[in-house]
Amino acid sequence: MVDRPHRLDSWQPRLASKARLRWDKVEKQYMLVFPEAALMLNPTAAEVLKLCDGDRSVPDIIDTLYEKFAETKREQIEEHVVELLTRIHDRGLLETESES
Amino acid sequence: MSPPRPYTVVAELSYRCPLKCVYCSNPIEFHTMLDELSTEQWCQTFTEAADLGVIQLHFSGGEPLVRKDMLPLIRHAHACDLYTNLITGGTLLDEVQLKEFKTAGLEHIQLSIQDTDRKTADTIAGMPSYDKKLAVADSIRKLGFPLTININLHRLNIDRVPEIITQAAELGAQRLELANTQYYAWALENRGALMPTREQYDRAEQLAREARKRYQGTMEIVFVKIDYFGDRPKACSGGWARSYMVITPTGEVLPCHAAHAIPHLTFESVKDKSLTEIWQDSPALNAYRGEDWMQEPCRSCEQRTVDFGGCRCQAFLLTGDAAATDPVCGLSPLHDVVIKAAQEAPQESTDLVYRDLRTSRRLSTQSTHATDATRS
Repeated sequence: MVDRPHRLDSWQPRLASKARLRWDKVEKQYMLVFPEAALMLNPTAAEVLKLCDGDRSVPDIIDTLYEKFAETKREQIEEHVVELLTRIHDRGLLETESES
Repeated sequence: MSPPRPYTVVAELSYRCPLKCVYCSNPIEFHTMLDELSTEQWCQTFTEAADLGVIQLHFSGGEPLVRKDMLPLIRHAHACDLYTNLITGGTLLDEVQLKEFKTAGLEHIQLSIQDTDRKTADTIAGMPSYDKKLAVADSIRKLGFPLTININLHRLNIDRVPEIITQAAELGAQRLELANTQYYAWALENRGALMPTREQYDRAEQLAREARKRYQGTMEIVFVKIDYFGDRPKACSGGWARSYMVITPTGEVLPCHAAHAIPHLTFESVKDKSLTEIWQDSPALNAYRGEDWMQEPCRSCEQRTVDFGGCRCQAFLLTGDAAATDPVCGLSPLHDVVIKAAQEAPQESTDLVYRDLRTSRRLSTQSTHATDATRS
């Protein structure tokens, strides 16, 4: 069982206003664009961030992805989601709604 | 060699500007560069930039807001899926315009401030501007634009780094650029008045480092170093014509805003050729791409893929050879040129040279305007 930081349970994540998802025609990948920089996203990361609409909770997001990728273990999805959202949040690119 | 993919374009829409900041990096000779690109020429350039792979477009200058066509430019850039940033001094901006820009698709604004002390700020800018900038910052935040505050640091304001950081946070900035002044162009004219002491600089760097931790997650703090005080060069502009380009008001495509300093290079303009052709084939942009041009020690140095040999403009200005190792590097045979320059006691100078058309004409007619960074 993933040792999920307690605080993520209450998040309703949404991308910060300065960041947006962008489909890159050259690399044929999604990327996260924000001032002076960009992050290339693998397909899973793109799926996660698309679900960050400020209404869904983190467990909601994990559930939605688990329904979509039923072959993957739920714990694995949870691990990816927590790692990605924590990393994006630490860079100031994610609002968590419940913290505001 | 196929050309690298560019990610960033800085579009210098005009060198005209209502402010006269003494540290400005625009060319001294800007009075000869007033024949600006048309709206159509800029839009065509943005389309090609996006096709080449560019993601970030910065509207800059001078002051981009002197242009009357900001709305069509923003709309077109946004339609090309470019992430748009307006780099502005703020004094020509009002709330009506800001609302229009938001609707047109502008995504980010970078506002310059000169100091947190009103009197000094207005002295640095050469005119009253401080109050207007603060009011504009407020409007920017109210309309929900992400905001970067940019301040050029130098002797006149470097002791107020704590106040600068606090003010940026209070203005709701998500990013603060503490940009230590680089001594080219107008800053070079004013170096006697602007160059900080080593002690001032080290203290500022320390304060920035501490603040970065405190503000992590809420405000990104960037400290642009004076590389004279280091031992290894910066990866200038991410490498010569590798991922970044500056397009001047007359359409010249440069690898950085200082590249005018290298006299044997001819930069081509989008007035004459397409951006695609220039990015791919221009001899000036290809001059320092790859590694074939490198001399020792760069040529066989492990760091060459990290710092690309440092800054070509600086290498030229300090050694006379644009292909030389940037003498900022401790491994350069000419490194003591930099050590000497860094150790120079800052001159007590009170005369400030203000950046305006009249002074641009005056300085350009003086005999061979020297760009040597070691000139005192």
